[in-house]
Amino acid sequence: MQTTLPAPTVESAPVPLQPITLTVNGTSYQLNLAPWTTLLDALREYANLTGTKKGCDHGQCGACTVLVNGKRINACLTLAVMHDDHAITTIEGLATDGALHPVQKAFIDHDAFQCGYCTPGQICSAVGMINEGQVRTVADVRELMSGNLCRCGAYPHIVDAICDVMQLDTGK
Amino acid sequence: MHPFSYARPTEVTEAVHELAGPARAKFIAGGTNLLDLMKVNVEQPNRLIDINRLPLNTIDELDNGGLRLGALVTNADTAYHPLVEQRYPLLSQAILSAASAQLRNMATNGGNLFQRTRCYYFYDTAMPCNKRQMHHSDQITGTGPAGCGALGGYNRIHAILGTEASDGTVHCIATHPSDMAVALTALDATIHVTGPNGDRTVPIGNLHRLPGSEPQFDHTLRPDELVTAIELPPQGFPDHYTYLKLRDRSSYAFALVSVAVGLEMDGDVVTNARLALGGVAHKPWRKPEAEQLLIGRTATREHFQPVAEALLEGAVGYGHNTFKIDLAKRAIVRALGMAINKEKREEGE
Amino acid sequence: MKYIGEPITRVDGHEKVTGQAKYAAEFNVPDLAYGVVVSSTITKGRIIRLDTSRALAVNGVIAVFTHENRPKTAWFDVSYKDQDAPPGSPFRPLYDNEIKYNGQPVALVVAETFELARYAAMLVDVAYEATPCDTDLLKHLDAVRDPNPGVMNIFKPLPPKPRGDADQAFAEAPVQQSAQYIHGMQHHNPMEMFASTVEYGKNGFLTIYDKTQGVTNSLLYVTQAFNIPFNQVRVVSPYVGGAFGSGLRPQYQLFLAVMAARDLKRSVRVSLTRQQMWSFGHRPATVQNVRLGARPDGTLTSITHEAMAATSQFEDYMETVVNWTGKLYPSENATLRYKIKSLDLYTPLDMRAPGGVTGLHAIESAVDELAYKLGMDPLDFRLKNYTERDWTEKDKPFSSKELRECFRQGAERFGWATRNPEPRSMQRGHNLIGWGMATGIWDAAQVPARAEATLTVNGKLRVRSATADIGTGTYTIMTQIAADTLGMPIDDVVFRLGDTTMPPAPIQGGSWTASTVGSAVKSACDALAKTLFRMAKRLPKSPFVGVGFDDVQFIDGAIQLRQNPSKRVSLLEVVSRNRGRAVTETATSIPNLIKHNSHSRNAHAAAFVEVQVDEEFGTVHVTRAVTAVAAGRILNPRTARSQIIGGMVWGISHALQEESVMDHRYGRFMNHDLAEYHIPVCADIHDLDVVFVEENDTIVNPLGVKGVGEIGLVAMPAAIANAIFHATGKRIYDLPIQLDKVM
Repeated sequence: MQTTLPAPTVESAPVPLQPITLTVNGTSYQLNLAPWTTLLDALREYANLTGTKKGCDHGQCGACTVLVNGKRINACLTLAVMHDDHAITTIEGLATDGALHPVQKAFIDHDAFQCGYCTPGQICSAVGMINEGQVRTVADVRELMSGNLCRCGAYPHIVDAICDVMQLDTGK
Repeated sequence: MHPFSYARPTEVTEAVHELAGPARAKFIAGGTNLLDLMKVNVEQPNRLIDINRLPLNTIDELDNGGLRLGALVTNADTAYHPLVEQRYPLLSQAILSAASAQLRNMATNGGNLFQRTRCYYFYDTAMPCNKRQMHHSDQITGTGPAGCGALGGYNRIHAILGTEASDGTVHCIATHPSDMAVALTALDATIHVTGPNGDRTVPIGNLHRLPGSEPQFDHTLRPDELVTAIELPPQGFPDHYTYLKLRDRSSYAFALVSVAVGLEMDGDVVTNARLALGGVAHKPWRKPEAEQLLIGRTATREHFQPVAEALLEGAVGYGHNTFKIDLAKRAIVRALGMAINKEKREEGE
Repeated sequence: MKYIGEPITRVDGHEKVTGQAKYAAEFNVPDLAYGVVVSSTITKGRIIRLDTSRALAVNGVIAVFTHENRPKTAWFDVSYKDQDAPPGSPFRPLYDNEIKYNGQPVALVVAETFELARYAAMLVDVAYEATPCDTDLLKHLDAVRDPNPGVMNIFKPLPPKPRGDADQAFAEAPVQQSAQYIHGMQHHNPMEMFASTVEYGKNGFLTIYDKTQGVTNSLLYVTQAFNIPFNQVRVVSPYVGGAFGSGLRPQYQLFLAVMAARDLKRSVRVSLTRQQMWSFGHRPATVQNVRLGARPDGTLTSITHEAMAATSQFEDYMETVVNWTGKLYPSENATLRYKIKSLDLYTPLDMRAPGGVTGLHAIESAVDELAYKLGMDPLDFRLKNYTERDWTEKDKPFSSKELRECFRQGAERFGWATRNPEPRSMQRGHNLIGWGMATGIWDAAQVPARAEATLTVNGKLRVRSATADIGTGTYTIMTQIAADTLGMPIDDVVFRLGDTTMPPAPIQGGSWTASTVGSAVKSACDALAKTLFRMAKRLPKSPFVGVGFDDVQFIDGAIQLRQNPSKRVSLLEVVSRNRGRAVTETATSIPNLIKHNSHSRNAHAAAFVEVQVDEEFGTVHVTRAVTAVAAGRILNPRTARSQIIGGMVWGISHALQEESVMDHRYGRFMNHDLAEYHIPVCADIHDLDVVFVEENDTIVNPLGVKGVGEIGLVAMPAAIANAIFHATGKRIYDLPIQLDKVM
């Protein structure tokens, strides 16, 4: 099976929007997108899911981290059209029935953010990291969370929050 | 980003056929570098062929004891694969030192090899860059002026080896940014390629090229070829290895200098040695003559220094990056020590 | 006090961890068009041709605005002055064909979708005539001049007049120290990129969702630049994804979005790209010379501290770099100088601890080096030269100064007493270990602000002020202040900010929001309390007949007699007898100038740092650090600790990583993205600890607070550089200290 969108022949060609179905947080979103719409822009501008942040648009900050089939990725460096049959989870989908995900709660308890802009990405990244099962030490947390910049400098509290959820000893 | 059409074939032959058309088509797999470059207008394909559904996503044991890494296996899945961790820990370590967990979940083994330099001037179409001047069969395309901005400019991250063309001129001092490719070079991997003319293999050492007078070409594949797999030979140096990466912050940064080392030892004596450097040249830097200096020697610092000198022979600094010459030598000596001694390895840099 | 001083969790926490908090580019108003900016690729010269035809030919492109077709805006440059504009002529986007700096906006492409606008922006063809540019401060150190101080220098004082004869005293000093310190440029790079969403409403009413540290500033700017009445514009900014000073001035995306929305009569959003975050204000490059003379007993006899900084060709940006030296050290002979040089750059812009982090790195490094020459412990040297008066401000006493306690408690927590002063005396494996310390100082400012407090008909307290929360915790601490002032459960209190329909507050900066807006919130709530008490007295069968305001207290949502708590009236009851109307009071707080004028007001800190240096490679890791802070009353130790830790992370970044590197041949920043402009990642940051030293201050403001936004940063870079010396025996004067400087 092959999905093919027509090529625009000249610059002024009509925009070939395509109907695309994205499954985000268990909900189907029927969107009309150009193939060059990133997953990040699709979420923010078309599905009105603005919880996922744009911090650089180049895979250099991690603010756009979402989970695709349970794995954390940067939504800014992938095209929406590439994910029409994937299960996407964003920050809006982590709480269940109004109850915060343990990582969300720990972030509040440990004051693991200030401006809050990197926070959805940090939290999705932490959830993805826990899923990956590669963390043994606090140093592993620091290394494996290094794809999420925090300009406010909340790293110590981010690490505390994650270690709290993972029941890792931070030596404090 | 320029508009493009999108195709998602499910068969390799179909994908190769798609690329062979008249359009300025490109494969997209992880997309982590291609989309980045399209957003800054350095890459302008008008057709993207999404190869993520091709059946190239497995890691298989080979009869000879080697391993075949599918081109579409993600960097993360490769690094954490039990067979890779056991037999090729050097490769795991190199991959995990690169980028971020998110990017490693997206980036594929094939795509990693073809990521482009992170030279500031290459990335900024307002700045001169020879690498951006692409000569297609009938036209020269490329954004921004020709020339090399990094020469005489800000070149902290740039190359110190292999920059000169055969006539002694310098057209480009970009480096290849991959960590994985450095480890693959030390491991002497073989790249499996398919194209309209069928399948072929390319030794990793021949995959990337030096800039010479044609820096627009990063590698030796033809434009219509597709990497299908990376083959690792049986010897993975699981007992004596290290990947040492030096950079401007602890993580999520490209190498200023990196060293991949694999050794075989008989007691204190080195019987086989492989070394490759990253961050210093247009391709992973390996020099078998330097490795030979170690064979039959005891593994002591006094025997490491000549290896470092030999590997860096002919190195040229361009100002901001001149420190890399010394840094690389020191890194080689340290990395050899770490490779021999497990405790030292864990102590890290 | 039930909440003030308690570690309340952030009241905006839930919205932030669930993705519900909305930032400027996230108000998806109907029928929104998207604008993408085209930036100049040259630094100086003029546009000789601008071809927009290819961009306009793209289906879905609505308009391309350039200097050739832009709608009429205010004529005089004074109309473009914002509240934080330095003296000079502000930059006017798309004003004419002149290019003043690299990255200057030259066109705005507006299209139906973001993707189309981004594509069409690549098709705008601009031809320039470039002239040679000058951007390198180091080449012009002999051509620096005095800045035009302007009106903002009440917050940024110029250096004081010299006292004594520093040159002669230096020449005569038995122990001398002299060095030069060079800092590169830096950019704020908050995680949220600058964006303005302009909603075009009925009759052209504009609702502007802007990324700003002050909605009032954005409002004034827009109304002046476009000559629009105040009642036709509203600026809203409930959440700001970090700013660190970058939002102190309206940035050009605001101008462009408003211009396009008014012209197209349509809602428009303009977001900048990360690369374009290098196209406006920055921390300026500086060169500092410090000369110190001392007697063998450690007494400082001569101080000369001079700083030279770059500004733009059109505005005289200045910051206070050298005055801190005078505030900390009482030498009889001192000369402090600050000079600037105009270059072909955008005007610099206050960046977290502007001037302070710059000047303190130099003086606190110099002091450490001098202490070594004297054979003194650097901490003892600082105690020897401790001052209780500020000679830079007419020798006034400090309103409070618990710096001695910062030294003591910080040293104790860190374990400073066990330090072997000998450089290279500590090792861990093959790594050298070093311990360093430094002093920090920052202003404790307060300016006028206004707030409004309302008891709703449901008995909830709603407080509003048009301030900002750039991550500092404004929402939380104002809620605490309000709850305590009216004795209400914190869950019944809501504080709102970031909206020009609210009572005005100044831009958020300079660590003054806690004192400034906190005082206004307290005043408004006090006024509301008095009104509610008057109403309670008038209730039928009121228990407060003949009772004075001082005889009652507000507690648990009620007013009760201090002497007899059974005599009480709930606030809900008071408001319910108000004919279905809420009760509102508004108040303005102004600084007590009599108290202020007689005192110098500063927060202080001491930072203690351990570094681990791999000498062969030159890599440096800050393995642990303690900052002891004396900043008056700490309203919320949880959020304040986060502020200090954030400041410490900035200090590590400033010392070791951050620099916007320009290729001066082109006048263009080359590492203009977050891959190559290095700020710390999680793996860079280890054990950071904060000690809040108790400090009672009755002078600064009624709350006794000094603000903690900057004080955690200022001491760190010198402490790190000093620790690197202790580890390696090497003094490194220029920042950032990247590995090639150490190896």
